[in-house]
Amino acid sequence: MNITLHVWRQKDAKSKGRFVKYEANDIIPDMSFLEMLDVINERLTLEGEDPIAFDHDCREGICGTCGLVINGRAHGPRARTTACQLHMRSFKGGDVIWIEPWRAKAFPVVKDLIVDRSAFDRIIAAGGFISAPAGSAPDGNAIPIPKENADLAMDAAACIGCGACVAACRNASAMLFTASKVAQFGLLPQGQPERDVRVKRMVAQMDLEGFGNCTNHRDCQAVCPKSVSVDNIARLNRDFIRSTLVADRRAAVGVGSAG
Amino acid sequence: MELNAKIPSGPIEGKWEKHIFEMKLINPTNKRKYSIIVVGSGLAGAGGAASMAELGYNIKCFCYQDSPRRAHSVGAQGGINAAKNYRNDGDSVFRLFYDTVKGGDYRSREANVYRLAELSVNIIDQCVAQGVPFAREYGGLLDNRSFGGALVSRTFYARGQTGQQLLLGAYQALERQIGLGKVKMYPRHDMLDLIVIDGRARGIVARDMVSGELEIHLADAVVLATGGYGNVFFLSTYAKGANGTAIWRAYKQGAAFADPCFTQIHPTCIPVTHEHQSKLPLMSESLRNDGRIWVPKKKGDKRPPNEIPEEERDYYLERMYPSFGNLAPRDISSRAAKRVCDEGRGVGKTGLGVYLDFRDAIERLGPDVINDRYGNLFEIYERIEDEDPYKVPMRIFPATHYTMGGLWVDYNLMSTLPGCFVIGEANFSDHGANRLGASALMQGLADGYFVIPYTIGDYLGSTKFEKVSEDHPEAQAAKAAVEDRIKRLLSINGKRTIMSFHRELGRIMWEHCGMSRNRPQLEEALQKIPALREEFWENVRVPGAKEELNQSLEYANRVADFLEIGELMNLDALEREESCGAHFREEYQTEDGEALRDDENYAHVAAWEYAGEGKKPIRNVEPLTFEYVPLARRSYK
Amino acid sequence: MESSVISVPVGAAAAKRAGYLRAYYGSTVGKKQVMAVTGVIMVLFVIGHMIGNLQVYLGAESLNHYAELLRALGHGGLIWVVRGLLLAAVVLHIWSATALTLGSWAARPIGYRHRQRWIESTYASRTMRWGGPILLLFIIYHLLHFTTGTLHGDFVTGDVYHNVVAGFSIWWVSAIYIFAQLVLGLHLYHGAWSMLQTLGLSHASYDRLRAGLAIFVAFVVAAANISIPLAVLTGVVS
Repeated sequence: MNITLHVWRQKDAKSKGRFVKYEANDIIPDMSFLEMLDVINERLTLEGEDPIAFDHDCREGICGTCGLVINGRAHGPRARTTACQLHMRSFKGGDVIWIEPWRAKAFPVVKDLIVDRSAFDRIIAAGGFISAPAGSAPDGNAIPIPKENADLAMDAAACIGCGACVAACRNASAMLFTASKVAQFGLLPQGQPERDVRVKRMVAQMDLEGFGNCTNHRDCQAVCPKSVSVDNIARLNRDFIRSTLVADRRAAVGVGSAG
Repeated sequence: MELNAKIPSGPIEGKWEKHIFEMKLINPTNKRKYSIIVVGSGLAGAGGAASMAELGYNIKCFCYQDSPRRAHSVGAQGGINAAKNYRNDGDSVFRLFYDTVKGGDYRSREANVYRLAELSVNIIDQCVAQGVPFAREYGGLLDNRSFGGALVSRTFYARGQTGQQLLLGAYQALERQIGLGKVKMYPRHDMLDLIVIDGRARGIVARDMVSGELEIHLADAVVLATGGYGNVFFLSTYAKGANGTAIWRAYKQGAAFADPCFTQIHPTCIPVTHEHQSKLPLMSESLRNDGRIWVPKKKGDKRPPNEIPEEERDYYLERMYPSFGNLAPRDISSRAAKRVCDEGRGVGKTGLGVYLDFRDAIERLGPDVINDRYGNLFEIYERIEDEDPYKVPMRIFPATHYTMGGLWVDYNLMSTLPGCFVIGEANFSDHGANRLGASALMQGLADGYFVIPYTIGDYLGSTKFEKVSEDHPEAQAAKAAVEDRIKRLLSINGKRTIMSFHRELGRIMWEHCGMSRNRPQLEEALQKIPALREEFWENVRVPGAKEELNQSLEYANRVADFLEIGELMNLDALEREESCGAHFREEYQTEDGEALRDDENYAHVAAWEYAGEGKKPIRNVEPLTFEYVPLARRSYK
Repeated sequence: MESSVISVPVGAAAAKRAGYLRAYYGSTVGKKQVMAVTGVIMVLFVIGHMIGNLQVYLGAESLNHYAELLRALGHGGLIWVVRGLLLAAVVLHIWSATALTLGSWAARPIGYRHRQRWIESTYASRTMRWGGPILLLFIIYHLLHFTTGTLHGDFVTGDVYHNVVAGFSIWWVSAIYIFAQLVLGLHLYHGAWSMLQTLGLSHASYDRLRAGLAIFVAFVVAAANISIPLAVLTGVVS
């Protein structure tokens, strides 16, 4: 089948970008969306043009590297699917497809469809962990965890950090990302000692990065390839109240030493 | 070249503890005077970087991805082994050790494997403490499942995303150290060469993949945790960016490359469906717990699977290996699949596929239980193949998945190049000629959390370091060499794309050095690959410039190295005149088609030493002795 | 150059420096929670107000008596306490909303070319930022209309029933009220659900109840309030 693409091209972070139109011919429905872009890039290379830069790595929907807004929807038309797992059978011949990068101030474009998502790493560095230096752990079965909690924690932990939630949010908010980590650890006994500190630090960092606020539209969970639920956002909100208004204000804000 | 594995003396149960005691310790306040470069941020790299930072060392960590969280450890699905014996089913450290040595077809080092089995129990504890949401039972205790090559249930898992969850645990520990300023993280950086000064690894040349700038980074030791080189096959379960460049550069600087031909072909992957395919997604081995593998008994039977009656199906694994059945080890299952397909009984459009059928399991357990266990895997399959595995059996076929070979390391995980440590899949150590399922995660984390933090201290504490600067002639020379190579790649401006070369190399590798090998095929490949490499350097087209984000340039650099690695793999396969584990030489097989080892001549590690451009590398040998797991014919019947 | 090096985060340090409440209100989550709490106050007021309004159906005496009662409670002090509370809630609500909205606009300086596909967001959720200012204008009008009488052509102090009937007899005044109540319904529909979410009051067992409550409150308030101008226009109340 033949398809028309409008792809955002931008030389680097400083340059101005624009949409460029490409014809994608003889596309096989079994191809993945990224394989379709591979084919275009092979052609562009031989024609002496600069291939389209896009982020990808595992191509099996788990690393979270790929991210394209396809016809106005993060990761394209299929629910619970990353762009790399989207197949061309989801489109039909003659379709016009607009491909855009994630749009957010906190995710500046690096080149073409590639954005800089290091803001997510900094949110994790601010508190998205349980301090457990290697060698210090008790036996894995020392603390039983109710299966329901473990399952809910796993649901939250399924986040792949792709940033689709931010891309789809009207406010470019990173609440779903941040909340998934806060909720995961909040549900586990191991996460309790740092629970108050964690939510405060992570929210502070999230705000600093320039993400918008959450207005509970829920489009984030709709585009999330791993179906991370906005229930986690409610958990974050609850923890935030607890940590800032209820917890003893003398409790430390800092984290442990480097060891 | 001298290969001293530095295995501590004494009984195997006490070697590691004894070694820890004998190692040099560094005063906690002095640790911060040392700097260490870690390349790679998967389980081994992130775990190692975080643990070493926790001890107080200054770490620089590099990865080519945009975030350390994306390292391809994330792709491991099924689980991680640990000898916890929580099931009360007879597991022990010794049994895990035994299974792993046997599973590796007696081509691994006993002392290393024992240590791995010993540390496996600590890993689970460590990960639970980090908040990894392992599957649990209603009583709140950790759940287990079975995996190939074992008769006990010792595999811990987090749904079908165990690798992801373990990696996030290590990544979060790493991010914590980044926040504390103990680790400086360099994402989107490609290591392009190793800097060796006075015979010691002292740094790397890295390319900032955003600005294109070449940087020199110096340290007291370099730890390579860059994973395997399986992408030499083009189609594999690896991440697209996974590459062998870092270890290949180290090899060229003097680190020996061990057993390069030991590559794991995973039996349960999604088959190739079209010519532009770029990836073979993995379907977790855990599916074989409940799925049954079969092909039609008749050749060329094109009926839809559900119309083939029971008596016309051949559940060949259950038939050939009755005691392990569908849970036979990976090398054996893959080869069996190839055999039935070669007989013309393969399924699917290409005839290169076998069925993995859940009909009986769904009948026995109900769809809900199956959904609970494998729901996300079924969904992945449905996404890709557009078929519902609840109704139609999955079609699977073997694909390259892991490289047991890698840089040779001693018991301390140091390569033959002093100061250059290699951990995780990048080294050769623990899996011999075949890796058992759920062991890669175990090895990566054992190396990272629990081995390297000790052994690197011993090296640092017993070595005197001269202060070096970026102006050092060796550092400058390494940078200049990288720069030359980049310029050369960009100036070829030929007529073929990089991917077309990579695809062709992959085809050669798959056909000549894949699931089964023979002398004529390998010799032919040793003609074809150098010719292809020559063409590459004359006719490849690498668009763009060097001082920008240039994915083509990154790719070209990697493919150029694959074109050399592939040759060494063939050479190694040619010179190992026996069959063992994943290395199946058709000339050496039993009457019933099983691998025939030659312990008299080949119970050793082949460590290849670079001899210079255009020269045949030197094959060094580290003999393997088996004191605790007596050499025996591996049988899963 | 270290263009893509991850630097040490500064969020924690910032949180430590700022004072306690300032850190709370300084965060987007804190502001949103202030909006939720002030929202709860206003929703309760709106429900109370609606119940009071419905007394119009009991006749002039009943309504006027009720109005007098409100003014007299606590020696005439209570009404000012409530007014003060409401004013504070309105100011905080608007102040926070404005700050958050400006932040959100800044968070996406370049938008999408292709129209974004909304999936779970609702018309109500997407129009909150329109609904807010419209309701503010309406409240000002409403106060000048029924409380001070400034914009009422036939205002009789103390005779609430008369003022209502006279006011709503004019078709375009009724139209303004009906339109405002529709906007209020939408604002309440998203707002009621949203505030529970923002305050973290979600629970798997009650989530359906939460959604139902939002619809119920929005519908009842809007319907009851709209019924009054309709009743006047159709002569049911006169």
